[in-house]
Amino acid sequence: TCNRRHVSTYTPPPAQYGGRHTVTLIPGDGIGPELANHVHELFRFCCVPVDFEVVNVDPSIASEGDINNAIMAIRRNGVALKGNIETNHNLPPSYKSRNNLLRTTLDLFANVMHCQSLPGVRTRHKNVDIMIIRENTEGEYSSLEHENVPGVVECLKIITRTKSLRIADYAFRMAREKGRRRVTAVHKANIMKLADGLFLQCCKEVASGYPEISFDSMIVDNTTMQLVSRPQQFDVMVMPNLYGNVVSNVCAGLVGGPGLVPGANYGDDYAVFETGTRNTGKSIANRNTANPTAMLLASCLLLDHLKLHAYAGMIRRAILTIVTETRLHTADLGGQGSTSEVVQSIMNAIQSTPYGPLTFRVYGPFI
Amino acid sequence: ILMRSTPPPAKYGGRHTVTLIPGDGIGPELLNHVREVFRFSCVPVDFEVVHVNSAVETEDDISNAITAIRRNGVALKGNIETKHTMPPSVKSRNSVLRTSLDLYANVMHCQSLPGVQTRHKNIDIMIIRENTEGEYSSLEHESVSGVVESLKIITRNNSLRIADYAFRLAREKGRRRVTAVHKANIMKLADGLFLQCCREVASGYPDITFDSMIVDNTTMQLVSKPQQFDVMVMPNLYGNVVSNVCAGLVGGPGLVPGANYGRDYAVFETATRNTGKSIANKNIANPTAVLLASCMMLDHLKLYDYASLIRNAVLTTMNETRLHTADIGGQGTTSEVVQSVMRIIQSKGQLTSEL
Repeated sequence: TCNRRHVSTYTPPPAQYGGRHTVTLIPGDGIGPELANHVHELFRFCCVPVDFEVVNVDPSIASEGDINNAIMAIRRNGVALKGNIETNHNLPPSYKSRNNLLRTTLDLFANVMHCQSLPGVRTRHKNVDIMIIRENTEGEYSSLEHENVPGVVECLKIITRTKSLRIADYAFRMAREKGRRRVTAVHKANIMKLADGLFLQCCKEVASGYPEISFDSMIVDNTTMQLVSRPQQFDVMVMPNLYGNVVSNVCAGLVGGPGLVPGANYGDDYAVFETGTRNTGKSIANRNTANPTAMLLASCLLLDHLKLHAYAGMIRRAILTIVTETRLHTADLGGQGSTSEVVQSIMNAIQSTPYGPLTFRVYGPFI
Repeated sequence: ILMRSTPPPAKYGGRHTVTLIPGDGIGPELLNHVREVFRFSCVPVDFEVVHVNSAVETEDDISNAITAIRRNGVALKGNIETKHTMPPSVKSRNSVLRTSLDLYANVMHCQSLPGVQTRHKNIDIMIIRENTEGEYSSLEHESVSGVVESLKIITRNNSLRIADYAFRLAREKGRRRVTAVHKANIMKLADGLFLQCCREVASGYPDITFDSMIVDNTTMQLVSKPQQFDVMVMPNLYGNVVSNVCAGLVGGPGLVPGANYGRDYAVFETATRNTGKSIANKNIANPTAVLLASCMMLDHLKLYDYASLIRNAVLTTMNETRLHTADIGGQGTTSEVVQSVMRIIQSKGQLTSEL
């Protein structure tokens, strides 16, 4: 690619003209489009200086034209908000997952998910506060499979020293930034001695450069068992791709489900924000029952990335206030509220904030 | 291949001989307790003890153990430690045992026990995990320095075999639904093949519902609503993770027994295969898992009366909260629990040795 930089420590600011940012928006499938609309609505209401460039990706066609457009738009804008693009099972195996293609092409090597118990949501575990940093581009998701002998499939899991060092370094830097005390590497090196052994070794090397942060490791099966009994023991966790998938879904389940947790994918040059557990939600699409919290919190992460911290904080506070109101809980949290009710309440909460920023009238026309 | 019925295990003079591999960590002390309970209850089983030293690089010890299991047909084992200081060519001894004896099905039955307080109630899940291939093939290489390729193998034969085992077991136990756990949206050929084999086998069992679920969604559902699952079948690595999650849901690694079945051999152990090095020889380990595993072994040997006698005694002991060990929040010791089990057995009026 022509966008290669050498050892860049400075991330260039995203596109910004006239004080307004342009962000790529990929609605995706299932509940993606309706939630993206709500984000749009909310941003318009709060007069957030962000314009969305919408790029649709059609999951039913085999050509890569759509996803290439999306990737180009993200290269142009530097930042994106996306819904999950469905991977159609009827297409041949040569058709790769579009989400995966996006992540690897843009080299979004770190998937960061912050699972926190929210005060208003009743769960079986309290005081969960875990940051999960998952390698996002290699591991089991290399899509390298072949069938040399009929009936015998070999699937390659790739672990490289470069990427393992990179993700470990990201994890420790993030832990230091956020003032975290402990990083746990999750692996299965007793069985996959070379692959996960390499990953673990890279983590240990990076750990030696951060003496104030304690580092330990845990095998993935023990980790999942500890997570369901005592999740409060974990602080920051770093791991390869597949374990990251499982562990982040377990943690999302512990704090209240897929509707609550936002996720972020960071690369050297680009950042893409989405829900933490990447669900399409086909079965609840267009019924106004989806939980908008995850997507709205993801948009706050987006605003933080664009350094629009005031807007991010304002919207986040409103969301967290609304999520404590049980009568507004959507079906996934055990309530009967609808998506639009939740979004309206968030807008009301923002408007009634004292010394709040300029907003449109709540029931005003949408332009 | 014509499937012949399993030959009966070695039996002379009415007594069975079973291979016993103590393993490391809490293995030796817990298996001693099992022998104690069996001796006390006059169970007609003799143990042939085979030690496997995890600190040596040669494969002699584990080969001896495998030969002993071939001879006896049945084994009870503790987990053998995989030392990280050994070179990568030294494979996990437990893995070598499972693949050499072709113990293709790992079966774990997770049930909520009434006496154990957990966050989820009424869990009853059977997990059937492919035990010999998948990510545990130990085939790795570093062609280019700094780049490791690890091979995950999925074959049609093994997938059909495990799916068939799962459905036969579901039918035997009167279960209504089998769920296949996979990641076929990403690993299209590998997990796609597994899923296809499951579907093929499912078509031969119309009385049982079959569905499939992606592993990340499965683990998320398990921590919110585990009661929806009935029987689950999956490849090796997902099986490892899912069985540990389920063990955590019903109360921890000290409670759930596991069984590894092959066509000709059966090996019983704790489900989550922990060595428990940190609590070894402190008399605080929970013997429930190993005792229940030994009951499963007795069932396999068709000694059903002894199996239910010991199992009832163990489950009755679980209901007395005072006798919970540290892992389930109590303060009891291992020997107290075992003594209680033996007292209950004696009170049933069965012939026993001196207490």
